[in-house]
Amino acid sequence: MVGFQTLFSKEITRFLKVGFQTIGAPVLTALLYLLIFSNALRGRIEVYPGSGIDYLQFLVPGLAVMSLLQNAFANTSSSIAQSKMMGNIVFVLLPPISHLEFFLAYVLAAVVRGLIVGFVVVFASLLFVALPIENLVTILTFGFLGATMLGSLGLIAGIWADKFDQIAAFQNFVILPMTFLSGVFYSVHDLPNFWQLVSYLNPFFYLIDGFRAGFFGVSDVDVFQSLIIVSAVTFALSFGCFLLIRAGYKLRS
Amino acid sequence: MNAISVRDVYKYFGTLCAVKGVTLDVLEGEFFGLLGPNGAGKTSLINMISGLSVVDSGSIEVNGSDVSKDYLRARRMLGVVPQELVFDPFLSVYQTLKFQSGYFGIKHNDSWIQEILGALGLDEKADSNMRSLSGGMKRRVLVAQALVHRPPVIILDEPTAGVDVDLRQGLWKFIRELNERGHTIVLTTHYLEEAESLCGRIGMLKKGELVVVEKTEQLLQTSEGLTIRLLVSSGDCHLPESLNSFQTKLIPGGAEIIVPNASNVEEVLAHLRVANIKYDSLQLDRRDLEDVFVSVMRSGKDG
Repeated sequence: MVGFQTLFSKEITRFLKVGFQTIGAPVLTALLYLLIFSNALRGRIEVYPGSGIDYLQFLVPGLAVMSLLQNAFANTSSSIAQSKMMGNIVFVLLPPISHLEFFLAYVLAAVVRGLIVGFVVVFASLLFVALPIENLVTILTFGFLGATMLGSLGLIAGIWADKFDQIAAFQNFVILPMTFLSGVFYSVHDLPNFWQLVSYLNPFFYLIDGFRAGFFGVSDVDVFQSLIIVSAVTFALSFGCFLLIRAGYKLRS
Repeated sequence: MNAISVRDVYKYFGTLCAVKGVTLDVLEGEFFGLLGPNGAGKTSLINMISGLSVVDSGSIEVNGSDVSKDYLRARRMLGVVPQELVFDPFLSVYQTLKFQSGYFGIKHNDSWIQEILGALGLDEKADSNMRSLSGGMKRRVLVAQALVHRPPVIILDEPTAGVDVDLRQGLWKFIRELNERGHTIVLTTHYLEEAESLCGRIGMLKKGELVVVEKTEQLLQTSEGLTIRLLVSSGDCHLPESLNSFQTKLIPGGAEIIVPNASNVEEVLAHLRVANIKYDSLQLDRRDLEDVFVSVMRSGKDG
């Protein structure tokens, strides 16, 4: 247990030491998105017709989850990849840390960073727009599951990658398109049928939709359905990641 | 109980067999040297013992705990100083040791950390960031990291590679003390004089096979003898056939003749006189571990 606590706190220390880069920068990026998109699209897009929800309000939870997901992924992927490439991964491979402790320490640290970034985005947005909170438990549940999902995916990517280029490719060719095609900037009902179908195949869509439902009590699909899909994907990725760690894949030659 | 027990272990990297059926026991409290040229399989074997590599076939136990099935207990028993000079650039020396203690399940370890820092001459660097340290200092921190949990078995994989004489002597003094306190030490090194003076027993690996395991003094006894080194200014030295009963070899600027004992020296000189071999100087050397190592590595038994 002490091994887990230490690895977890070391991972927290690691991202807090470069807080401007790991928290400040993503929050600033999200706020820039908020200002630019809201000014460009406000009044042109009607979200949840008849609900009275303003586009600026609609945008905030989406941007918060987008930042949360990207940063949870970045935390585990960069930490593991960096340790592997610098060789200091041996310091956590030599001690008696169980496979489960190893997995939990990395992923939970990513969850902490993801949630910090996500909620700082929400709080900073309150300077520009008032947000209702319909159900805090729903917000926290989807936030936690999303950060766990991407923390696990980041750990898988970090274990798999042999160079930073591969991590960047994963971020740019997988995470970014999936985030942008998940309904961060629009309601899925505004899309043509084909893109609606693509969105329904994207687990990030259910994450963002569920998270947003926690604020407005309105969603594109049923919140319970989103919860099941998001939980299943999170469990599958976490379990897959745990199996890789247990097998020592690309960690123990 | 054996500190380390290796049973018929194989390790493959693709089609390359890096460790071939090695069986080895390192006894509790022993100072054991593992020697071999680059690529002989020393680090591969150490990595399997420490859990950094998966054992492809065979089994390894540390203090009776299997490194695969009972890996948590086996790792708790082991302290490893890796060969590569690795460090965490985010941490200071003290933080590095504090975190490493935590990884091994120890929360309050300050007094022991202070003792190791002092013994390794790191106390003034405790708050320095790892990035700012010299190579020698980083090496000291690696040794300190391996010792934070007071492991009964310590493996040092070429710990003195590229470090100055001061550190080397200080390090060996400290490691000797640990050995005297009952810690088992396994050392790999390319400095054979270190192995000769420190290790009670030596194993030699050649192309993945363990070709020799012997007490150091016995190993030196088996190689008892003298090396007669002839140096000729012309650089051209032809030894007579009458010396074929001895081990001979040509070296730059002369030749070497290895004889079993001092009484053979006169016989060799007589053969040289008869063959009218002129030489400018003659040296007599007692054979050491380096000679044993070289002859083992050149011997017919090919790994």
